[in-house]
Amino acid sequence: MNSGFADRKYILNIDLSSYSYSVEERDDFSEQIGGTGLAVELMKENLKPSADPLSEENVIVFAIGPFTPAYPLASKTVAMFKSPLTGNLGESHAGGRSATSIANAGYDAIVIRGRSEKPVYIVVDNERVHFRDARVLWGIEDSLITGRIIAEREKGRGIRSIMRIGGAGERLVRFAGVMTETYRHFGRLGLGAVFGSKKLKAIVIIGRGSREPLDAKKYREVYDEIFRIATTSDAMKKYHLIGTPVNVAPLNELRALPTRNLESGFFEMTEEISGEAFAENNLARRIACNHCPTACIHIAALKEVYEDEPYFFKTIMISYDYELIYSLGSMLGVGERDGILKLIHRVETYGLDAMSTGVVLSWATEALKKRVITEKDTIIPLDFGDYKGYLKAIDYIYLQPNEFYRNLALGVEKAAEIYGGEEYALSFGGNEMAGYHTGEAAYIGYLIGLRHSHLDNAGYSIDQKLRERLPPEELIDLLVKEEIWRQILSSLVVCFFARGVYTPEVVSKAFEPFGVEISEEELIKRGERIYREKLKLKTNLGYRADKLRIPEKIFNIESFRGKLNKNYISEALSYYRRKYLSI
Amino acid sequence: MAGLLTIKDIEKCVGCGLCMYACARRKVRKPFIGYDHSGILAVSLSGFERGATIIVCKACPDPPCSQVCPTSALIPRKGGGVVYREKLCTGCDNCIEACTIGAIFKRRDGKVALCIHCGYCASYCPHGVIEYISTKQKVSEKQEVIK
Repeated sequence: MNSGFADRKYILNIDLSSYSYSVEERDDFSEQIGGTGLAVELMKENLKPSADPLSEENVIVFAIGPFTPAYPLASKTVAMFKSPLTGNLGESHAGGRSATSIANAGYDAIVIRGRSEKPVYIVVDNERVHFRDARVLWGIEDSLITGRIIAEREKGRGIRSIMRIGGAGERLVRFAGVMTETYRHFGRLGLGAVFGSKKLKAIVIIGRGSREPLDAKKYREVYDEIFRIATTSDAMKKYHLIGTPVNVAPLNELRALPTRNLESGFFEMTEEISGEAFAENNLARRIACNHCPTACIHIAALKEVYEDEPYFFKTIMISYDYELIYSLGSMLGVGERDGILKLIHRVETYGLDAMSTGVVLSWATEALKKRVITEKDTIIPLDFGDYKGYLKAIDYIYLQPNEFYRNLALGVEKAAEIYGGEEYALSFGGNEMAGYHTGEAAYIGYLIGLRHSHLDNAGYSIDQKLRERLPPEELIDLLVKEEIWRQILSSLVVCFFARGVYTPEVVSKAFEPFGVEISEEELIKRGERIYREKLKLKTNLGYRADKLRIPEKIFNIESFRGKLNKNYISEALSYYRRKYLSI
Repeated sequence: MAGLLTIKDIEKCVGCGLCMYACARRKVRKPFIGYDHSGILAVSLSGFERGATIIVCKACPDPPCSQVCPTSALIPRKGGGVVYREKLCTGCDNCIEACTIGAIFKRRDGKVALCIHCGYCASYCPHGVIEYISTKQKVSEKQEVIK
């Protein structure tokens, strides 16, 4: 069992170059809490800043937190690595059974280094690690089938996690992800390509451990309180019902739903692809991450007819979320639900990141229209709204049949560097944008967020809450303050959807049954420290918030409070540099 | 009146495993964190594409697990299922073999974990998959079905 609240942390080190492993017991990590905080320290210790992300020098850290699996909703795993997409720090979080399996197997973190000569997959079975031949699995491009084969071969049904890559990871698409429990993903920033470069097809983690709290009575009380807030209050209601796609319609109303490579923030076919429409017409099942009562994972059933064979159908189950409807729907001008579901399924099959794939393709469509590239490059015509063309294009991103698709597989930042069209290449810090054209705070948030995720500091939410623009300095401080608190949540690996449940007061209380007294102020202090350390690590890897490219296009279209102000953004960034980057 | 843990609607299972954690936590003085002491298992149906389900003791009136237990660690329980006398268990695993639905689980200390129909988990199932009812109720519902 992982250490939980003790001062000791157990780190499993796996070396793919020598097919060896060891467990390290550390007592100097209690300040870091776990998750993000712990992963930052392990990256600092193990990663050479100059490492090529796709070489054996890169390391992968998986870290979980002290509340896993003691309390519900603390079931995220933080993955850290050097990103082959941005060349900077990669941080990606996923749920499923990944975190609880790592905890139950007895570890706080797993560090993977080196590179296998031939394809392998790893099985972590509590204290033992097995290196299994994956030569037969290599080349199976479908991440779902890969998962099924491994599930049949290995034990641990119900108490394991199977993280695997599809063909995109094998072929080093820089925005390939790692899928776990079929529908959860370490999606962003290219962990799949790092797996691929290490010839690592999958990791199975089987855990059956247990531990005890110090104060049994108190533990059960606090558990019940958290369970009660999670299941009876409104804190998580939004995710219960329609799920994250509930945002599609309101964001569109606000003119904030990026459409056709941000030609507009308004998509005229939104009614067709809203969360409500998916729920009413396609939703077939909901499932949950381990130890989470919410079951926010919404699965649609897509029944397809074989046109040449009467009465022959297939039905596939596809998980959908807001970000996917944005990136593979409105961003590509696709207003048919079935079309979006087919695109999601294709992306899932190859193990690509859905957001990056959508933005890369929307750029290619505009570039083709503007004759920056030609149909000789794209092989097929790309048109907004034509999902069939995009399905084919996704095949090509995986297969990379020509130079253009090889370049496209490097991400939109690189592709635009090569071909031009940078003003409409919608990436920030090298990472393709998320689905919020809400205002300056969202974009500043992408630029200064230490994960380059919209979830780092929720700028999109600040945009929507504020009646008018704050002075840029105040906005920066507000974004950083939010990000500092979220460092605590992601160090506890509490799902951000549960941030309304895990208030500072509840977090502090949840530590008590384990003999740890930690005040709310102390929590914030630790959050500040983790933030600083992560920023330092990123800076060592070459990150400069104020030097990042801002695609001109974001200034051309209306947001709900008019066009974005360029000066405001640069003032904000220069304040950020002065106040935070000089630490 | 002894109660029974029963399945109310298995199709609603989302595979969250809250029942497993509740089972491990059930002892007031000695709650465990993790799976090891859980007598219930939440699984996907060969991948979450096909949904999820739980595996748990169905309270056989004539339980094979108790018949193969050499030390009488498992004895039939009034109302169905078994009483587990942990101290007597030698960890021979006969019961694990005997349970056709695989509802007895090996613990890391060599002993076994299985549902004793205490009902603690039922109040933590967020989606009404399982419920705790009195044995009497179970019998009358069965008769209702037969009628």
